[in-house]
Amino acid sequence: MARIIRILTRFWTASLSSEMEYRANFITSTLYALGQLAGTLFTINVLYDKGYQFAGWSLDETYIVVALFTLMDGITTSVLSPNLSRIVQHVQRGTLDFILLKPVDSQFQLSTRNLTPWGFPNIAFATVLLIYAGAHLSHPLPWHAYLMGILPVLFAVAILYALWFAVATTTIWFTKVWNATEVLRSFIEAGKFPASAFPPALSFFLTFILPVAFLTTVPAEIMRGDRGPRSVALEAAIAAVLLIASRLFWKFALRYYTSASS
Amino acid sequence: MWRKLRSLTASQHALMLAYRAEIYLWVIAHMLPFIMMGVWTRAAANPASAGRFAMSPHDYARYFFCVFVIRQFTAVWMIYEFEWHIVEGRLSYLLLRPMNPLWHYVTAHFGEQLARFPFFAVVCVIFFLIYPDARWMPSPSAVILGIVAIYAAFTLRFAMQYCITMLTFWFERASALDQLTFLPYIFLSGLAVPLDDLSPHLAALLRLTPFPYFISFPAEIMMGRLPANDPRILQGFALMTVWFVAFGLLGALLWRRGLRHYAGQGA
Repeated sequence: MARIIRILTRFWTASLSSEMEYRANFITSTLYALGQLAGTLFTINVLYDKGYQFAGWSLDETYIVVALFTLMDGITTSVLSPNLSRIVQHVQRGTLDFILLKPVDSQFQLSTRNLTPWGFPNIAFATVLLIYAGAHLSHPLPWHAYLMGILPVLFAVAILYALWFAVATTTIWFTKVWNATEVLRSFIEAGKFPASAFPPALSFFLTFILPVAFLTTVPAEIMRGDRGPRSVALEAAIAAVLLIASRLFWKFALRYYTSASS
Repeated sequence: MWRKLRSLTASQHALMLAYRAEIYLWVIAHMLPFIMMGVWTRAAANPASAGRFAMSPHDYARYFFCVFVIRQFTAVWMIYEFEWHIVEGRLSYLLLRPMNPLWHYVTAHFGEQLARFPFFAVVCVIFFLIYPDARWMPSPSAVILGIVAIYAAFTLRFAMQYCITMLTFWFERASALDQLTFLPYIFLSGLAVPLDDLSPHLAALLRLTPFPYFISFPAEIMMGRLPANDPRILQGFALMTVWFVAFGLLGALLWRRGLRHYAGQGA
């Protein structure tokens, strides 16, 4: 454990200090995050102004879903995208060899090597919105609702990571698809809205085939107090299954990796 | 000139075919129209709020399908290639050619559009198989005007990005600036909310900006909401021309100034 923390500190201080060379990015990424959030809230407000409601969601409750989506988006920008979009580069240039040779687990290295601060504004805005929306509900969220939310949100992050890692792994076979993760990202955008915002067929797809609903809708429902510990257990089970599957998939894919030196 | 452009487009198309898988993935990397289609069709089908929406559920499906089609042919990514050309000094080779490097980028976009066409057609067929109720037969005038509007939208978007791209001569990461134009492009163009569902004042104000002409305008023409004899069509094209001239002049000015600033190898 101590070793992992030491490695992570080294990885992250190195990559943060190199990203800091582009400080102006901080302004644009803050503006972008704010604009995305404002645009999404605007869209939902247009719908609600017409007297429509996503089935089972008041306006402030949808803000919790939007906040959780923004949080996931920030984590994606800061941690997932800068690492997992690079697997393609490693495969193309043969530099994956160097990673496989190091005495640290390859999946761990590939997933944690880089950290960019450009998702931090999303994470900050998500926190503010979460607290604002929680306080404005007809039954304001009590403090322990946030505590209850921590576990499902962590499981949601694990699900998100496993999906990203599995998609990124496919590049071992299809070297030239550096944008495969963009496809996943565009599907996950559906998580901005609660699952009941979609027609039944699409909602089914987003729950059972691509578990987008478990990233934002289900954690929000748990925080709201609509779902008991069984849902938390379900989230945990899905996260565990996907994590193990992505791990096995990586090990399987490595057997097909023909490196520069072999 | 025409012959040069044609052979450039053909060679770019061949080049793009080598990256077919990647281009096909770009086709499905824009799921937003389908996500919004789900939200709006569901909302319009809700009996409690029926009548307050601008369109029927099937019309929303058609509208957002048109949005999907439009985005396939109006994707502009010149700034990323240009950034790379500047950083690596590759612009120098393009400057040696006996034509403005602009044409390299324009034909690259056409080549890419050709390369994505087969897969795009498959996605369209699959969509109508899944959602047969959304099928409709556009009138010939809607098809012709729609194609003209799509390419006008592409040209205008290209001109707008061209201006921002030229800033690469001064700042290495102009693409971060370009990303900010994505916000009005997504939320105020009709992509997230159809313009007719906004308050009339806001919609009228937005129709003075270039953004609705990227999405809403061609989509409404294609689905027949704006029939061929509607005066708003002429107004729309006139406004697009004004914006195009403005961006064109600004872009040409920035290109000249920027080139003097360019210090890549051979310059």
